[in-house]
Amino acid sequence: MLKKNRLWFRSALLAILVVAVGYTIYNSMNEESGTYISKGNTAPNFVLTDLNGKQVELEDYRGKGVFLNFWGTWCKPCEREMPYMQRQYEKYKEQDVEILAVNVSETNVSVKNFVDRYRMSFPVPMDKQREVTKAYGIGPIPTTILIDKNGKVVERTSESLSEKKIISFMEKIKP
Amino acid sequence: MAEISSTLLYSAFIIYLFSTLFFAMSISDKKGKDAVHTKKWGKIGFISSCVGFAAQLGYFITRWMASGHAPVSNLFEFTTFFGMMMVLAFIILYIIYRTNGLGVFAMPIAVLVIAYASMFPRDISPLIPALQSDWLKIHVTTAALGEGILAISFVSGLIYLIRTVDQTVSSKKTLWLEIILYSLIAVVGFIFVSVGFKGAGYETTFEMMDDNNQAVKVVYDMPAIAGPSNGEQLDDSFGSLFSTPSWMNGVDASVKLNTFIWSLLAGGILYGLLRLILRKRIAAALQTKVKMKPDLLDEISYRAVAIGFPIFTLGALIFAMIWAQQAWSRFWGWDPKEVWALITFLFYAAFLHLRLSRGWHGEKSAWLCVLGFWIITFNLIAVNLVLVGLHSYA
Amino acid sequence: MMQTITCECGHSNPYGTSLCQACGKPLKQDVEVLSSMRYEGSARRSQTYKQTFVDKIWNFFSSVKVGVWLIVIILVAAAIGTIFPQETFIPPNVDPATHYESEYGTFGLIYYLLGFHNLYGSWWFILLLGMLGLSIIIASLDRGIPLYKALKTQRVTRHDQFMKNQRLFSKSNDVELDEIKYTLESLRYKVREEDGNLFAEKGRFSRWGAYVNHVGLIIFLTGAMLRFFPGMYVDDILWVREGEKASIPGTSTEDGQYYLENNDFILEMYDKEEKKFNSALSSVDGEVAKNYQSNVTLYKTKENHTIGAEPELVKVKNGEIRVNEPFKFDSFALYQTDFKLNEFYKMSFELEEKATGNKFGKLTVDLHDPKKEYDLGKGYKVKIEEYFPNFVLNDQNQPSTVNNLPDNPAFVFSMYSPKTPDGEKAFVGIQKNIDSGENQFKMSFAGIETKDLTALTVRKDHTLWIIALGGIIFMIGVTQGLYWNYRRIWIKQNAGEVWAAAHTNKNWYGLKKDVEFLSDKTNLTPLEEKETASK
Repeated sequence: MLKKNRLWFRSALLAILVVAVGYTIYNSMNEESGTYISKGNTAPNFVLTDLNGKQVELEDYRGKGVFLNFWGTWCKPCEREMPYMQRQYEKYKEQDVEILAVNVSETNVSVKNFVDRYRMSFPVPMDKQREVTKAYGIGPIPTTILIDKNGKVVERTSESLSEKKIISFMEKIKP
Repeated sequence: MAEISSTLLYSAFIIYLFSTLFFAMSISDKKGKDAVHTKKWGKIGFISSCVGFAAQLGYFITRWMASGHAPVSNLFEFTTFFGMMMVLAFIILYIIYRTNGLGVFAMPIAVLVIAYASMFPRDISPLIPALQSDWLKIHVTTAALGEGILAISFVSGLIYLIRTVDQTVSSKKTLWLEIILYSLIAVVGFIFVSVGFKGAGYETTFEMMDDNNQAVKVVYDMPAIAGPSNGEQLDDSFGSLFSTPSWMNGVDASVKLNTFIWSLLAGGILYGLLRLILRKRIAAALQTKVKMKPDLLDEISYRAVAIGFPIFTLGALIFAMIWAQQAWSRFWGWDPKEVWALITFLFYAAFLHLRLSRGWHGEKSAWLCVLGFWIITFNLIAVNLVLVGLHSYA
Repeated sequence: MMQTITCECGHSNPYGTSLCQACGKPLKQDVEVLSSMRYEGSARRSQTYKQTFVDKIWNFFSSVKVGVWLIVIILVAAAIGTIFPQETFIPPNVDPATHYESEYGTFGLIYYLLGFHNLYGSWWFILLLGMLGLSIIIASLDRGIPLYKALKTQRVTRHDQFMKNQRLFSKSNDVELDEIKYTLESLRYKVREEDGNLFAEKGRFSRWGAYVNHVGLIIFLTGAMLRFFPGMYVDDILWVREGEKASIPGTSTEDGQYYLENNDFILEMYDKEEKKFNSALSSVDGEVAKNYQSNVTLYKTKENHTIGAEPELVKVKNGEIRVNEPFKFDSFALYQTDFKLNEFYKMSFELEEKATGNKFGKLTVDLHDPKKEYDLGKGYKVKIEEYFPNFVLNDQNQPSTVNNLPDNPAFVFSMYSPKTPDGEKAFVGIQKNIDSGENQFKMSFAGIETKDLTALTVRKDHTLWIIALGGIIFMIGVTQGLYWNYRRIWIKQNAGEVWAAAHTNKNWYGLKKDVEFLSDKTNLTPLEEKETASK
């Protein structure tokens, strides 16, 4: 009886420690851990003015999938993925997937030129004071956050996206 | 005030030297003399080391008054203070164990540390914002006291080895023992060449490109054996024999390497001379003079670790963490100096486990004490001078 | 049922015990009494039986040898991490993949490829620390509990063999037991008596030091681990321009969001003329900083503030942040970390006719929010066609910008006048003014405004108190274990003789002084020291 208890005790202690250390290692590998918005969290609401002076509020898109992209005109990988995003936007717009391309702290002049050049038709909220960028803990750009129709974060990535990847993302958040 | 301070330090230095001499008298075993002789000279030695310590304390206080902050803020001040803490640690252990032989080795090593310290710039320097904190004095003094006590464990361990390593045959042990003694002598060599070339007013200048491709002048105060990487000598004194490898960091890496080579050379010459005079290994020559009981030496070195380890942990890790939290917003940042303090901690932790649980007494323990001191000096000197980091303000 | 061994004194000991817990009799033939005293000859739980896989792992980590190896491996790994700077210490804008090779050659490349540039955050280093933690827990449980039992059950009367084998031992005749007891008590020993035998002990609590400090270490390591759990830790950086307000990252809750205003950034240098530091200051090239300080005001928004919306701010308090003097609110602290002096803020230009030098109005461009068009009146106006905040010529020799910071602003202007209604274009940057050569007008530089920025580290750390608690417990344990020692003296009546033995876990010198004092004051034969194994 005593022996059995001891085995249980030992197994339990070892298991707890293995889980604790494992979780620590997992979290330390995962750069976006901590307080920042990552998989499974509810994406916090925000409101920004877009390039055309219109108010864009995240909550208004409840019921739709939101492809939330943080970008800058000076960032080469951002520039690369813009045409792909535009093309897929045109296809998925009817399927209730919206793209919000939040510009990180740039001027209307620069962004306007860029938007015209790439004929971007999705809203470009201007995060001049970096409020949203800070709240979402955005480090490197581009960072893309996928939000489903319930406002939950499905995916977060800082990779430069291929068109194929964008399609798979769109499929993922299609309501 | 600053002048009084320097005078006091100088006096302390001289008194320490005399104290070494007195302790040496006490163990000089001429036939016919006895316990009375030992006791008398031991007492004189002890009193003189206390007087020396008082003088150095005077230096510390007056320099504090002169500068307005605790004089532990640059390499000169810190290393001097470390020497002072070594003397204090010796005094404490002497009070417990009353062993004159310990003084014969502890005092000259403390003298060496202080002499080494005075080779750094001795100006009273202002505190940069990061150092403007009460934790400067709390952290640095506690850490230095811990290190000073741990240094005594090295001294005691070293005497143990001199006393017990078999000198009738040449072995790995005798070789390592000679290497340890040689490195102590190389410090003397360093002081000789530094003072010597400075006295002669030697200087040679090179021009080299720094990391930002700016031309900078590198001034040597010793003949350049190791020149800077991609440097050009601007005068026609003795040219360099080879260039410092470029991976060595910083503009004055080559100057440091050059000084290091000169110290080794000078140490080599001194060592060679000693060997010629003694006609045997230095440790063998010392062995005939050392009569202390190995058991007692073993106990002293262990006791020093037992006393020093908690103080070191408190000063070099815990107080350091509190300060780092306040100054740099994180209590731990894996800065090289922090890491080496952790290494020191881990090393002595391993030492205690080996000793308490696995019975590593005597010789094994003595070798470990020597290694521990190597780690401490590495952290004191090399981390500041060689590795880059937040602590390289000297 | 577990096997037990019953000693002749009647006490039953767990299997594997080498010295009887009660009387100290060696229970096996080949037991060396002195070295067994480290753990009172008690059975280390792990070594008594080996059965399941779990037990094998347990036994592995229970060994001090394994623990010491773990310490040594961590030590060596930590040292390797200092050979070259870690990734966090290299310049922020370089690629580590190339930096290590270009800076340190082949060794640098190998260092990088082995992942040593991020050694302390690597999975294997964390795993090593985890294993050390495991080893500390298991080894302490395995030794601490049996030791506790053994010290609790120890009896006054000890077995002859136990007595004889102690390092300090003597036999005497004709001794006053009361006298011994009195003397020992005067040395502050706790003395127990049984059948005319004495047992005196002092400082038993020091035996727990090792276990207390291990508990402290485990708490410390747990605190370090919790840092990786969500919500425990915020570490961010906040740049604020003078005169501006910015939201403080990580401080957003339903109660609102904190904002910080940078009223003034102060940089002070030491006066080179100051007599005290004269010689030190004259030997350095640049100036030596005396103070970095931000004067700030903390605000909070109303409840349920939506991120990005114009905040309704309520002032909370003013503060001064200096190095070593963080600014605290709620569970947050702001630290002075960095600054940037004189960042370009507004740039002014005048529209000038090249031929005459006549000027037709001035415009001031906010570099963070330039207008598209500046009307100078009377038919004169200037349009900004393009704006490059941090101008650079890119790979294709096209003007572009490095980032969004206005460190090297450049513009493409269109200048309109009654004379040139179709507009003339010019590229204008810092000390650059390029046009086709046929322009009648130009933009001439007319001044610049700058602002200082302060950078503050935003920190919340809910693990600090755990770490601190661990540190305090560790210090208590290590002091208790190393500054005190457990001394024991046994006196036993044995067939007309009186046997005396003494033991301590450390500081034999102190114990010897005690027994010398004892034999001086009583008729006890001085205890003699046995040759120890170390010689």
